[in-house]
Amino acid sequence: MADVNRGNRPLSPFMIGPYYRPQMTSISSIMVRITGIASLGSVFLAICWLLAAASSETAFDFFNGIYGSFIGNILMLAAAWALWYHMLGRLRHVIWDFGYCLDVKTSEKMGWGMFIGATVLTVLTALVFLIF
Amino acid sequence: MKFLTDRKRATGLGSGGTGADHHWLTIATSLSLVILVPLLIFTFGYAVGHSYEEVLAFYSSPCIAIISALCLVGGIIHLKTEVDEAVEDYVGGIKRKLTLIAVAGFCYALMATGLFALLKLAIQ
Repeated sequence: MADVNRGNRPLSPFMIGPYYRPQMTSISSIMVRITGIASLGSVFLAICWLLAAASSETAFDFFNGIYGSFIGNILMLAAAWALWYHMLGRLRHVIWDFGYCLDVKTSEKMGWGMFIGATVLTVLTALVFLIF
Repeated sequence: MKFLTDRKRATGLGSGGTGADHHWLTIATSLSLVILVPLLIFTFGYAVGHSYEEVLAFYSSPCIAIISALCLVGGIIHLKTEVDEAVEDYVGGIKRKLTLIAVAGFCYALMATGLFALLKLAIQ
């Protein structure tokens, strides 16, 4: 029998839900991928705005009006959070790839650091734009 | 072939046949994000919400134009590796190949469009 260990193997994070307990390490890593893919959407929206600015004032006013509105600003802050989070999360992957901080405790701390760090950086971003 | 050692045959090639190139590209572009993300957030975030004339003046500055082009190209190269990885994880067979081609097409179209817009804003 090649498969005597059936049922007693570690579960994959793909089974998240009733079978796999969410952990800081897995959730923070999954969020890196989600924020990465979402950021490509943000880049698409940013390029729409750039192309509108390069095309005509009417087109620019349309996109600038949406992005500059209150809801637009909230969405831009959400996009900024995703970018900051992705940057910090990828930095953690680089640290791991270089062979450092591979133990569970430090990895979990870095996961908290990513969530808290991204939030702090987003608040600072909002403050910078409010002041200047 | 007999004269090649196992080590020699394996060097630079993984199960995908392309070695660690994709992984290395992800590591390198991930590090570049530490510089590009703040630059992108503070330049683009500053520009949005300003008037048409102010935005034209902002992007006609060589420094801002170069920074934006760098963020655009560097950022999209990184995000492409990110999406490629996700596609390779979740999509198989012929669908994977076609999805990877579609992702590449989308990313390069974004790059070309963004660079055109930046160029036009910079020199008009």
